[in-house]
Amino acid sequence: MNRRDFNKAAAAAATAAAFSPLNVRAQAQKLKVGVLLPRSGVQGLIGQSCQKGADLAPGVIRDLLGVDIELMNADTETNVDTARTRAERLIQEGAHVLVGPFDSGAAGAIAQVCEQRGVPFVINIAAAPQITEQGYKFTFRNFPTSVDLVRNGLALIRDLFQVTNSAPRSAVFMHVNDTFGQANAKAIGAILPTLNYLPFKIVDTIAYDPAAKDLTVEVSKAKATNADFLLLVCRLNDAIILRREMVKQRWNPMGIIGPGNPGMYQSQFYQTLGKLSEYCISNVPWYDPKAELTRRIEKAFDKQNPKDKLMFYALDVGYTFEAIMIAADAYRRARATDPKALTEAIRQTDIKQRMMLGGAIRFNAKGQVEGNASACIQNLNLRPTVVLPVAAAEAKPVFPSPDYKKA
Amino acid sequence: MPFDLVVNVTIAGVLTGMVYGLMALGLSVIFGVVRVVNFAHGEMMTIAMYAAVTLYAAFKLDPFLAAVPIAACFFALGYAMQAGLINPFITRPEHSQFMLMVAVAIIMVNGLLISFGPDARNVQLDYQLESWAAGPILFDKPRVYAAAMALATSAALFAFFRYTLTGKAIRACADNHLGAQVVGLDVKHLYALTFGLGSACVAIAGCMLILIVDVTPNLGPAYTLLAFVIVIVGGLGSLTGALIGGVLIGLSEALAGLFIQPSAKSMVGFALLILVLLFRPQGLVGRKQ
Amino acid sequence: MNRAAVLLAGLLGLLLLLPLVASNYLLSVATLILFFAYTGQAWNVMMGFAGQLSLGHSLYVGVAGYAAAGLFFHYGIGPWAGLWLAILLCVLLGLLIGFLAFRFSISGVYFALLTIAFAEFTRIGFDHIDWLGGPGGLFIKVAQRDKMDLLNFRGPPAMYYYVMLALAAGAFAACYFLLRSRAGYYWQAIRENEEAAQALGINTFRWKMLAVALSAGMTAVAGVFYAFYYNNLFPEQIFNISRSIEIILGPIIGGVGTLFGPILGAAVLTLLADGITELLAAMGWEVPGIKQVFYGLVLLLVVMFLPNGIWPAVAKRIGVSR
Repeated sequence: MNRRDFNKAAAAAATAAAFSPLNVRAQAQKLKVGVLLPRSGVQGLIGQSCQKGADLAPGVIRDLLGVDIELMNADTETNVDTARTRAERLIQEGAHVLVGPFDSGAAGAIAQVCEQRGVPFVINIAAAPQITEQGYKFTFRNFPTSVDLVRNGLALIRDLFQVTNSAPRSAVFMHVNDTFGQANAKAIGAILPTLNYLPFKIVDTIAYDPAAKDLTVEVSKAKATNADFLLLVCRLNDAIILRREMVKQRWNPMGIIGPGNPGMYQSQFYQTLGKLSEYCISNVPWYDPKAELTRRIEKAFDKQNPKDKLMFYALDVGYTFEAIMIAADAYRRARATDPKALTEAIRQTDIKQRMMLGGAIRFNAKGQVEGNASACIQNLNLRPTVVLPVAAAEAKPVFPSPDYKKA
Repeated sequence: MPFDLVVNVTIAGVLTGMVYGLMALGLSVIFGVVRVVNFAHGEMMTIAMYAAVTLYAAFKLDPFLAAVPIAACFFALGYAMQAGLINPFITRPEHSQFMLMVAVAIIMVNGLLISFGPDARNVQLDYQLESWAAGPILFDKPRVYAAAMALATSAALFAFFRYTLTGKAIRACADNHLGAQVVGLDVKHLYALTFGLGSACVAIAGCMLILIVDVTPNLGPAYTLLAFVIVIVGGLGSLTGALIGGVLIGLSEALAGLFIQPSAKSMVGFALLILVLLFRPQGLVGRKQ
Repeated sequence: MNRAAVLLAGLLGLLLLLPLVASNYLLSVATLILFFAYTGQAWNVMMGFAGQLSLGHSLYVGVAGYAAAGLFFHYGIGPWAGLWLAILLCVLLGLLIGFLAFRFSISGVYFALLTIAFAEFTRIGFDHIDWLGGPGGLFIKVAQRDKMDLLNFRGPPAMYYYVMLALAAGAFAACYFLLRSRAGYYWQAIRENEEAAQALGINTFRWKMLAVALSAGMTAVAGVFYAFYYNNLFPEQIFNISRSIEIILGPIIGGVGTLFGPILGAAVLTLLADGITELLAAMGWEVPGIKQVFYGLVLLLVVMFLPNGIWPAVAKRIGVSR
């Protein structure tokens, strides 16, 4: 090699080193991410679901951002007291940022701890609007509030009716009477009357106990309204009970639409109900099936969970991953684990390459991301299929359901 | 309010109530005789449900048939639990008994969580989602079968306590503990026998309930509470009381759900309990002690 | 007796100095222990003094918490004022339950079930009270956390710790003097043999009612503390039967009817729970649910082999007979 070539090579090497994500000198330390999720107790199933997203994060983030993170997992046991002490414990053990906790009650407790200690907290999933109305400086949420969920969900219902050329006149609204269900019901009550683009009226509202194992009365009442379709805010277990009860009582409305809640797209729903799960619709935040990051995550997921498919854990894995990604991205920019610097860096977050549907990840003054969008997910062929928005759709929506029998 | 709606809800309430009654039968037997507050009742039933699920998964065994071996196992386990663990607690204060069963319940629930995971499990039989129709009136098949089983089990128990020597001996123990000992009855053995019988009932109830409800590790506590409400409303130690109490609770909850608010229907059971405790503590069918 | 006084003084001294040396995490654990020590002591008044097993004490925690929080949320009335309404409401509730129970001769298991029924009834009821947030929960606005605002009960963890310490110590002292008073002897007489006490001319009804009212009122204070410490209330969580069970675990494991039982029990149980979690994490056994299995096993062993609780055994060991 002569000197010119050597110089070229050296310049090339220097350039590569300068632009290399592995800028080792500034980031000798790993970012310690405390992950708080309910892995036991009543929410154990969903907590473990979210944990899958956390588990695959370090590997994907290393490839993507060149940042090394260390997970510190803690179980909130679906108990607010435990969430609080676990959060304190994680901070004491050196967690630089906390991520979690799926439940609004626990989120409130952890947010206070983080506010106290000045440690950033990135919420993966929790819909209570109040959490970002408390004036916390260290809490960030990358998940729509129940108000946003409902607004997006109702808009998608309009799109659904337009695309399928259907115009149902009446709906019966059933909702589970817990924190989440009630927040949604309130949001629907507030928003629906103000919308003029929806052709239907709600003829009756039926609230039911989340712990109820028998929903005969509720379904009887709903059937007796002769409504065109069922608007349902539910959770997994009651969704299954309701669907079964509808079959037993031979009630086949145009469709079952969830305007922004879990349940009908979770793997248990398909496993337990089989064919009966077909055509149920859920308007929920979802990943963009065409995004590159989604593909990466799917590969990592398949490797870690060979017997499972990402689509059944879309929401839980996606938002948990994005929460950790936000932390890692902030770390990359801040180049420090100092909590104040990290928090400021999180505040300046602007991530365009993301997995979930919606605009870029940007926090408003209250620490809330405003751009998260929902997709219309329909159960087709025993899997959750994105049918709207058209740009991300994998198939065309089916409405009304083929079993629809006019009462 | 359409007439067929009211009729359907009433029928559903009665049938569900009979399933509740079946579930409470075991508790009535145990509580009525041994006087031990079994706060792990619901958890035991949950274990029976998981057993039914496992047998179905392995051998495609219909829970009706699975009920036989499971009940037999539970009889043995109940006997062992009473003789080994609970017996010393009969003379201890209630809070000790309560704490003992709470500890047992915690171990059971989390043992189930570890063994089976948090997913809801169930059996998938053809007739589970079927119903008989008489015009607009519907009869839910699994519930009818379960109700029939409830009646059959009560009848069998009734016959046992009325006509067999052992049954009479157990009733003697319940009526007069000291007297029974004086007469030479092996009270410890009889108590254990009763606990075994009660546990077998719980097992049968679990096998029936799995046709209607999916099982999760956390299912127990709500049913424990419900069973106690039914037993007290119906009458302690009375088999018919358990069934009647169950039907009453099931029916009133259904009607309350229909005419008032479904999400508040559980309040009815507790309100009934308070009223019964105040005005007729021996229960609707029980004898005044 | 002197030995006990010395040990007690030593313990109090340690507890007073704790915030100076402990991390925030340890402080939050300590506050939790003191919370359960206090509520356990309050519950113990009903159980140990009047012999009534209450399994629905979460009722008082919840009603008090919601009362104070509701006043603060809707009218800006501070916790020190709201406290009185909370106590009043709970005392009335306690008297109601006591009246119903004693007038209709409900005791033992039946009384326990009555208290459960009231708590559950209230839980579902509060789920339907929209003015207090319903199932969505009541969130109190959280102000600055680094400034100490005793009037509105906001401040650093150390403030909450000291308040709870004061409450727990106060309850301990109150119970100590109560036990030694005439009331205390009446209560013990009623507990040992109610009929004999009646035969001696003691108005058992009145004294039992007093115990119930006292227990309810004391628990109310804990409820208000809870509301302003956690700043959010959900009916499902605060009225839950598992919370009632948490409250009674301490005194039963520590020793029902003893003065130090609730405190020791609360400390042992909280540290046990955390300790098991740490141990299991260290051993790599991170299976969800396994911690509770061990916890249950320990409870089982204590109940089986130490029927009077841990405190009597410990007291004998350290030479403090009581």
